[in-house]
Amino acid sequence: MAKRDLITPQDFTVEEIDHLFTLADDIRKDRSRYAHACAGKKMATCFFEPSTRTRLSHETAMLNLGGSVMGFPDGGVTSATKGETVADTARVISCFADIMVIRHPREGAAMVAAHYASIPVINAGDGGHQHPTQTLTDLYTIRTLQGHLDNFTIGLCGDLKFGRTVHSLINALVRYPNVHFIFISPPELRVPDYITEMLNDMGIPYEEHIRLEDAISRLDILYMTRIQKERFFNEDDYVRLKNFYILDAEKMKMAKESCYVLHPLPRVNEIATEVDDDPRAAYFRQVQFGVYMRMALVLTLLNIHVPTEQ
Amino acid sequence: MLNVGKIEEGFVLDHIKAGKAMKIYHYLGLDKMDCPVAIIKNARSDVMGKKDILKVECDINTLNMDILAFVDRNITINVIKNGEIVEKRHVSLPKEIRGIIKCQNPRCISNTDTNLPHIFYLADEKKEIYRCRYCDERYEENDAEEII
Ligand SMILES: [Zn+2]
Repeated sequence: MAKRDLITPQDFTVEEIDHLFTLADDIRKDRSRYAHACAGKKMATCFFEPSTRTRLSHETAMLNLGGSVMGFPDGGVTSATKGETVADTARVISCFADIMVIRHPREGAAMVAAHYASIPVINAGDGGHQHPTQTLTDLYTIRTLQGHLDNFTIGLCGDLKFGRTVHSLINALVRYPNVHFIFISPPELRVPDYITEMLNDMGIPYEEHIRLEDAISRLDILYMTRIQKERFFNEDDYVRLKNFYILDAEKMKMAKESCYVLHPLPRVNEIATEVDDDPRAAYFRQVQFGVYMRMALVLTLLNIHVPTEQ
Repeated sequence: MLNVGKIEEGFVLDHIKAGKAMKIYHYLGLDKMDCPVAIIKNARSDVMGKKDILKVECDINTLNMDILAFVDRNITINVIKNGEIVEKRHVSLPKEIRGIIKCQNPRCISNTDTNLPHIFYLADEKKEIYRCRYCDERYEENDAEEII
């Protein structure tokens, strides 16, 4: 059987993603049955730029499965890979580990690693290009919270122009029927044309708004993202617009009882801490779901089957 | 019309947009071959005003013609045998372009790990959009630097 990698979210079909999430559900129900599933297996986390949260999520997943982890947290501090090509690093790591997780500032680096490695490769972010485990975590969170990935309205709020996470999530969600998109952003940070063109071509409805208040009452999922001051054209616009994109208790009053709030984290000030205790605030649960999803992913890529309990 | 003599065996690339003949000469690797090649620049054309023409005296099957449509979809290929045109071909866009154009994205891995092959895939046939196999950056002809 050919080895499998996860380089872009599209590497998995909708059916395969469904299988992955069913497995993650089973793990979530009773983690102990999976506690030794990866005994004797090693994961190498090769981080050419630091991303502590992403690295720890993968390492936690592997440790939960009874496997071991090794690697480096930041390409800048290790001499092991200095001057070496990604292709060579991938070949070397293949001799040490059973599965490789790579984060690299260069776009396309994970694909190169997957091509030259003889072991499964997980892309944990390649520059501004892809970050598929974040996307799968978002999908799994939505599916777990509301029970399905079709027939719902999602609001994406904040920096929709430069936000890789948002673009990737939209690309993943268009594969499910009847998802309605509402984009909420300042005019200068609206979703790129290639996304709205794609939605038009596919006949998928979407709306664009400048104020969160104008859309929040209709949302089933609210996906918040960080909005950086430097992204605005001028200071006046920033001062004038910034409050439209800060979620607080007041705005949550307008949202549905069943509207869950997601955020890829870390947040800065776009979600007021007073929202954290709202049962609809799901961004910390999202982190936990990310671990279950990654456990399922590691098992799937390593082709390890734990008999399901009857 | 300028006469550079008939060819017996080979092919003529006609209706090349004026100024593109040298590019095609390099893309096809004709600079590395020792067969006779005639490059005609700015030939008069009723339809195009002026055009370029390439006459090549070698077996067409020894060359990879996929790249032609990428340069210009209007090029026609006339295959010549015994001094006569035996076949007229139109060109279609290649699904993949290898080792000819380079990714312009400065953050792309292909620009640091320089031993990687440069590969572009046809992302949208209707809009004639090619994207880098590594980073998915769209290829734009104007600001592009070429490998050959
Ligand atoms: Zn590229």
